[in-house]
Amino acid sequence: MSAITRETVAHLAELARIEMKDDELTALASELEIIVESVKSVSDAVSDDIPATSHPLPLQNVFREDVVGNTLTAEEALDGAPDAEDGKFKVPAILDEG
Amino acid sequence: MSDEILSFEEAMEKYDPVLGFEVHVELNTATKMFDAAPNGFGNTPNTNITPVSLGLPGVLPVVNGKAVESSIKLGLALGCEIAPVSHFARKNYFYPDTPKNFQTSQFDEPIAANGSIDIELEDGTVFTIDIERAHMEEDAGKLTHMGGSSGRIQGAEFSLVDYNRAGVPLVEIVTRPIVGAGERAPELARAYVAAIREIVKNLGISDARMERGNVRCDANVSLMPKGTTEFGTRTETKNVNSLRSVERAVRYEIQRHAAVLESGQKIVQETRMWHEDTRETTAGRPKSDADDYRYFPEPDLVPVVTDEAWIERLRSELPEPPSERRKRLKTDWGFSDEEFRDVVNAGAMDAIEETVAAGAPASVARKWWMGEIARIAKDREVELTETGATPQTVVELNKLIEAKKINDKIARQVLGFVVEGEGEPAEIVEKRNLAVVSDDGALNTAIDEALAAMPDVADKIRAGKVQAAGAIVGQVMKATRGQADAARVRELILEKLGIEN
Amino acid sequence: MTDIIKLSAAELVAKMESGELTSVEITQAHIDHIIATDGQPLDADNRAAGKSGLNAFLHLNAEEALEVARGVDEDRAAGKELPALAGVPIAIKDLIVTKGQPTTAASRMLEGWMSPYDGTVTQKVREARMPILGKTNLDEFAMGSTTEHSAFGVTRNPWSLDRIPGGSGGGSAVAVAGYQAPLALGTDTGGSIRQPAAVTGSVGVKPTYGSISRYGVIAMASSLDQVGPCARTVMDTALLHEAVAGHDPLDSTSQNRPVGNFVDAAREGAAEGGLKGLRVGVIKELSGEGFQEGVLNRFNESLELLKNAGAEIVEVSLPSVKEAIGAYYLIMSSEVSSNLAKYDGVRFGLRVLPEEGPITIERVMSATRAAGFGDEAKRRIILGTYALSAGYYDAYYGSAQKVRTLIQRDYAKAFEVADVLVSPTAPTTAFKLGAESKGDPMALYKGDIATVPTNLAGVPSISLPAGLADEDSLPVGIQFTAPAHEDARLYRVGAGLEALLESQWGAPLHEQMPDTLELIRDFDFGA
Repeated sequence: MSAITRETVAHLAELARIEMKDDELTALASELEIIVESVKSVSDAVSDDIPATSHPLPLQNVFREDVVGNTLTAEEALDGAPDAEDGKFKVPAILDEG
Repeated sequence: MSDEILSFEEAMEKYDPVLGFEVHVELNTATKMFDAAPNGFGNTPNTNITPVSLGLPGVLPVVNGKAVESSIKLGLALGCEIAPVSHFARKNYFYPDTPKNFQTSQFDEPIAANGSIDIELEDGTVFTIDIERAHMEEDAGKLTHMGGSSGRIQGAEFSLVDYNRAGVPLVEIVTRPIVGAGERAPELARAYVAAIREIVKNLGISDARMERGNVRCDANVSLMPKGTTEFGTRTETKNVNSLRSVERAVRYEIQRHAAVLESGQKIVQETRMWHEDTRETTAGRPKSDADDYRYFPEPDLVPVVTDEAWIERLRSELPEPPSERRKRLKTDWGFSDEEFRDVVNAGAMDAIEETVAAGAPASVARKWWMGEIARIAKDREVELTETGATPQTVVELNKLIEAKKINDKIARQVLGFVVEGEGEPAEIVEKRNLAVVSDDGALNTAIDEALAAMPDVADKIRAGKVQAAGAIVGQVMKATRGQADAARVRELILEKLGIEN
Repeated sequence: MTDIIKLSAAELVAKMESGELTSVEITQAHIDHIIATDGQPLDADNRAAGKSGLNAFLHLNAEEALEVARGVDEDRAAGKELPALAGVPIAIKDLIVTKGQPTTAASRMLEGWMSPYDGTVTQKVREARMPILGKTNLDEFAMGSTTEHSAFGVTRNPWSLDRIPGGSGGGSAVAVAGYQAPLALGTDTGGSIRQPAAVTGSVGVKPTYGSISRYGVIAMASSLDQVGPCARTVMDTALLHEAVAGHDPLDSTSQNRPVGNFVDAAREGAAEGGLKGLRVGVIKELSGEGFQEGVLNRFNESLELLKNAGAEIVEVSLPSVKEAIGAYYLIMSSEVSSNLAKYDGVRFGLRVLPEEGPITIERVMSATRAAGFGDEAKRRIILGTYALSAGYYDAYYGSAQKVRTLIQRDYAKAFEVADVLVSPTAPTTAFKLGAESKGDPMALYKGDIATVPTNLAGVPSISLPAGLADEDSLPVGIQFTAPAHEDARLYRVGAGLEALLESQWGAPLHEQMPDTLELIRDFDFGA
């Protein structure tokens, strides 16, 4: 596992959609390095024959009947929206063509 | 702007195409995949939603049991193994049509895997396509791009989002690479998607209307130089919304790839968008997250565990597979290969089957559905079933003919009135007084008149030229406006003239 | 008035039933005390500055609370049958959505957002006819152990105003410890109910995973989050747990089994001989090295009391617990990175436009998330994004899930020889605000060592006060853990030990807490 560089954090920040300034990237890189170093022993502690536990308690086949329930009105849905138009959520352009 | 393309023939001389398909099928459940919002098409924007479909803070998903059963049925129909344990996973990427900024899907443990289906091309050639997997997931919302031209994402100033479709249950069917189709690749592409559509429709798990996006195909195309076996770089073409588009898009991408490779350049692995209007593809939006979806098991959902009893119950509920049904019907009906293929291509199979079930011989059903009704459908540019003619109409017309109440010509007229909405055939015959004149008295009068008008013909008949009777029959039919039974008229003429038939 | 707010929920119920008190009087008394001690709960500037009070509440819901109280009083007067806790006011952690009141998760991201729906626990509280006093402060999106990561100012510990109240649920713990509410709801992902309970001298329970619905609880780490009760007595937590537990078809991870009889268990445990024969397993790895001396002293005294009461003390080992912190931070941050993706400025909450350059949705999302999330949230999102990244999944997330299996096996083995396990809740008493070590987040994370293993395993756990540490006279918490679905055992042993300790102290521990109004008057908030 490679050391966490500023560039690594920049890539992660992009994946996570968080704008970060240079000083933030640098600070996070060193903090992440510490965290990653100290959690490394986790992978050393396990072997292939140990199954993974994704849920703390075993449950299976929890299904819902295919029956329509209460819905929100468009007003309720859009009430908390930062921007809306024509009963829809409004978002800025997707492509950068400036 | 347009890309260079090579002619298809030239491309085929030099390269072998490798295909792959990801077909998304929208299930026709009453509610969404993970919440109780209605699964509906075309409603007022942002009304078919619950806090869950909108991904509001605090919400949790719960799996629609019916969607799981539909997915298992589809897996079985595709000859897949159904996973004993299958998990949902989160596919993480940011896009405004995705309410949680992750899609709940399946990753390494899909509900169904390792199947195959046989695809029969029009000339009867059969290709086997291997299915890698079929997995459950949810649809995204719908973006409308505003302020630009023709609603395209390019040039748009802003976009509007409707989350009605967000969370609609999907099954994604992924094929293994399809090698060896050669020049039949575009045709095979079309036939494959048609087969999937037919299967899901037959299972009753999807409305299967491509124009509504119920069945959507992403077509992967790559080329390898003839004689080699290493796959080339592939592109994934989206926005292929009809069977015709599938065929055209695959053909186009083969030609475009060939041109790129011929010019010594490399194919860029990317998403291409198909444009039916210009019949070409353009580079799609570059996906910066494409190689890193950070899949992990969905912690808010628990595994789907199947057992033999459940799978066997679902298997017992499966309808007969379309290909087997075709084989059976062809044998039952005694049609020739060509006759049957025509019936299938005309989309008349269901109608004929129903007509036969309602009591008409297969040959009669075929005659009507492939003949007069097909002609009406073509004139009006509608589907056979939308003409107003029903299996029952055909059965009734046939009964009237067999009872000699009407003849073929009148029957066609009656059909015309049926599709005009005048009622049932028997009713129309009655109302319009179209029944064959079977009253010998009336016929005799008409015959006497005809004989009197054509004494020379009468003499010829008397002299033994029996075939001359045709002229008299014609005259009688004219006089009765076609409503006479021609055979009976002929009998009466010969009787009257004392000729032994 | 002071007397009312010092009563437990159980006592309040008794006094309402006897006609001695009304719900309106009770609710009003608590509202008055909140206003007197919390600073200005509705004053954003004071809140942001962390000034002038406990700052346990982000939103005060006085009007609606009194209305509910009035309704309960009327129905009681009319002789109608009422739910067990009807009329007892409650505070709700601001991570749980409430229709008609703001829900912020203590984040700028959700400032001003009103949920159009109620969480299932919120609905249960309404069905139980409990007046909701308001929403309590927390570390942003429940990420932290000090409540200093709230976007709306720190919450202060009523034992000493310059000390942390614990976290993430500092607000709920302080609300009950500071007599602002007899009951509160918290959430616990890695100790967010228990550690604040420990450092504020109150009681907090993390139930079995799936015991209480998570629907309507803003997700931090889905496979670890659990809602639980906070109060000043074990009996009160049992009462609240019973009122809000139960299967919820809207939560796929909700346990579909009958709710345990927690109140009876607490009563039995507190009765004479209630702990006789109970096998208590002392966790070797969590009762020595790394723990403050005063914490260990109180812990060992409690063990003595349990032994004298007839409990059998045995030693157990959880060898994999040394990997718990690492596994916890990998699983938690991974789930956090995905759960917090929905905060993007499209459907609800904050939207921030980039300061320069083209306005595209991608850049707006990035600017919104940069402005809306605090440092700790960002740190965990980035760590989780890294842990889930292509190429690292198996080493990190995958391995962490395996450690989870090992820890579960450790617990299963320990529960073969013990009915409940015991350890201190936290290695230290409340440390000073602002002392969070800069540049080494792991130092702070290690404070969660005793609490995170139970979240990883899904087993239930309770923290209750064991006394005050010799060094600083601050509360020490003791934690019991039971096997999954055996939450009742926690109430039995918890109430039993509580009774033993109180008979030793002569009064509840809280009687030793300084008067909050005096503390506030003498405290230099500008410091």
